[in-house]
Amino acid sequence: MTAKNSSLTTSRKFDKVCEILDKNHHDPARLIPILQQVQDFYRYLPEDVLTFIATSLSTPPSHVYGVATFYAHFTLKPKGKHTIRLCDGTACHVRGSEKNLNALYERLKLSPSQHTTDDMLFTVETVSCLGACGLAPVIVVDEKVYGSVTPEEAVALVENIIAEENAAAAA
Amino acid sequence: MIENAANTMTINGMAVPIEGERNILEVARKAGIEIPTFCYHSELSIYGACRLCLVEIEGRGIQASCSVPPESGFVVKTHTEEIREMRRVALELMLADHDQNCTLCPRNTNCKLQTLTRQFGVENVRFKRRFQPKPVDRSSLSLVRDPNKCILCGDCVRACEEIQSIGAIGFSGRGANSCVVPPFNKNLADVECVNCGLCSQVCPVGALTPRDDVDQVWHEINNPEKFVVVQIAPAIRVAIGEIFGGEPGSVEMGRVAAALRLIGFDQVYDTSFAADMTVLEEAHEFIERKKKGEHLPQFTSCCPAWVKFAEQFYPDLLPNLSSCRSPMQMFSPVIKKVLSETNVAEWKNVVSVAIMPCTAKKYECKQEKFYKDNIPDTDYVLTTQELGRMIKAAGVNFNNLQPQSLDMPFGFKSGAGVLFGATGGVTEAVLRCAVEELKGVKLDSVEFQEVRGMKDTRIAEFNVDGMKLKLAVVFGLGAARKICDWIRSGDCDLDLIEIMACPGGCVGGAGQPVCYSWETRTKRADGLYCSDKMLQLHKSQDNHLLLETYKKYLDGGIGGHTAHELLHTQYRTKRRISGLIMPVLDDAGTSPRLHVSVCVGTSCFIRGSQTLLKQIVEYVESRNLVNLVQVEATFCFEQCDKGPTVSVGEQVVTAATFDKIANAITAELDAVVV
Repeated sequence: MTAKNSSLTTSRKFDKVCEILDKNHHDPARLIPILQQVQDFYRYLPEDVLTFIATSLSTPPSHVYGVATFYAHFTLKPKGKHTIRLCDGTACHVRGSEKNLNALYERLKLSPSQHTTDDMLFTVETVSCLGACGLAPVIVVDEKVYGSVTPEEAVALVENIIAEENAAAAA
Repeated sequence: MIENAANTMTINGMAVPIEGERNILEVARKAGIEIPTFCYHSELSIYGACRLCLVEIEGRGIQASCSVPPESGFVVKTHTEEIREMRRVALELMLADHDQNCTLCPRNTNCKLQTLTRQFGVENVRFKRRFQPKPVDRSSLSLVRDPNKCILCGDCVRACEEIQSIGAIGFSGRGANSCVVPPFNKNLADVECVNCGLCSQVCPVGALTPRDDVDQVWHEINNPEKFVVVQIAPAIRVAIGEIFGGEPGSVEMGRVAAALRLIGFDQVYDTSFAADMTVLEEAHEFIERKKKGEHLPQFTSCCPAWVKFAEQFYPDLLPNLSSCRSPMQMFSPVIKKVLSETNVAEWKNVVSVAIMPCTAKKYECKQEKFYKDNIPDTDYVLTTQELGRMIKAAGVNFNNLQPQSLDMPFGFKSGAGVLFGATGGVTEAVLRCAVEELKGVKLDSVEFQEVRGMKDTRIAEFNVDGMKLKLAVVFGLGAARKICDWIRSGDCDLDLIEIMACPGGCVGGAGQPVCYSWETRTKRADGLYCSDKMLQLHKSQDNHLLLETYKKYLDGGIGGHTAHELLHTQYRTKRRISGLIMPVLDDAGTSPRLHVSVCVGTSCFIRGSQTLLKQIVEYVESRNLVNLVQVEATFCFEQCDKGPTVSVGEQVVTAATFDKIANAITAELDAVVV
């Protein structure tokens, strides 16, 4: 029975990919936009979906895998519900972004080798320059930008989201 | 003088004419100046990654010579102090990220990195060592992938994609994290790799090497209970000498036989005997098909890399493959049958070792279909490289050996059987047999020059008493793919197609001594053609010892019952990335006649194959057809754009609906009953 259930979800999963592939005319030259759109939908690039994309575009899976691992934007591991992107460009770095990062790592029990919390709520990534150096150090939570962040403020941002999530769960 | 100057460049003070070379590197090599490279192969696209081929061009500065087309008037220096220092730095950077464990490397003494490091006098690495050990991939039956040796030249990636059109390995990651891996970091055995080993032939270091099975063979030889026989493939005799300083193409059969006896093999046979057998079976099969006009064009099936390629990418063309086993796989069961029936040794105690120019043969011999009562037909496959190592380890001075003859009857062959090692050889051998049979008179001339050569696709047409025969000889799976697509397009008028995965056929196989030059491959092929000329017989059907074997041990003769059991095989669809066929409805105890496979791969699944599968199962059950029809779920017929795909027997139905399949099942069952 479990097999049947999981294949049902698989079916729904692939409907969306087919839609994206159709929109991009199954054009292998549009691999990057296709991967972007797929990642927007799933928040990451699942392996079976990548194999399916390769087959549909008549290109070797190793190609698709190569592109997906080349760009820092793409991820092959599931991401958390909330993405925290911490700028570690030159300006942010000299103004203490590392302290912010360590504070977040400590609060969320993450490390340079683990970016996503076990409960799949948060993913913490570092990026190199968001172009907002005047606001350094900068943290972007989901789509919202916070400037001149201190370690305490960084942790507070996380605490707020956790409180909201808990409230939503309770309701 | 002035006219000459218009087409001349200067390299290290020498005037060198430009004659259509595609880059400065080739012009320099023509002039006898060796510029070191890792990533340049004349048969692959230009990559420009290794930075070893840097040269100084006056007025243009330092450039990678592989990436600059020659222009008249260029003044080039190839080995200035500055360039030598840059090459040295490049080597040191590679070494900083390399395990530097040369003595334990299979490519020790045969490695470009090692050679160049010595040549440039690199004695210490000035960069911080950042090497992190990575796991070695030993999953493949044919190849070992050791990322700790990789220098990221990309030769393997380009060879796999450009020559074989597969792309089983690729670059992943970026910058310092780049590495060459199969997709999703899977094991090589679980991806599309067809085991041709071309990657290991182009690899300048020990990152991809043929798997080594020498120890197991020594173990069998030292076991007094075992009767160890060895067969030598045609292409071995013209390449083994290279390992001992000889010229490519010199025929070393006699010394190989002597060496194998010194090593301790009980009997030494020639795969060419089995190649003669393949010719008879395959020509017989071809004439039958041609008369009936079915399953044409017929593909050869000697090359296991091509067979796996077809099973993965062209399942719809599998009925076109000759059902003949490869000569190696035909030979082993016949050897074991004859030796056990003549009371030389019991079947289970005969160990059949095959010396092959091929890495894919290692995979082939481990296929379940080539096992009988849990005993493999061919027990071990060793490459030419491994044989060289064995001869050396046995303390045999190869060059001082007196040649010996092979054991009878399995050491006896016609020239046709020897040709199998060169591209076009199988076709020529089959022609020598089929044309004679079709005409009904002895052939005067046995040479079919039209099918010889070193072009990757050669098409020839013959008129045999009004019957038109159109043949294609192909090597490289990229070229094979084009032919397969031509057949799929529906307007292909070929009758017979020979396909070999390796450039130049088996003489250029990945088990041969590492070489990447057409000159070497051509010389090896010439050696085989010479060998054919020197033999007394040139046609497989004239091999009287083979005919005698048929008479004594293969009742029913060519294409007969025993021949069918021992000499033929069947093929099955293989999913490109690991996977199996899953029986859904299989009535154990009976042998179902009709296989119905429903693709549940991603693409077909979306188009409703799951529902279809359910309907078919209900249909088969409700009509009480369970003992006649086996329903199975399979992954991918590679017809993803036309799904859902269902195969009913040999027929592949695309855009399948329940009605279509129900009709097909009824039709197939009626045909069987009639």
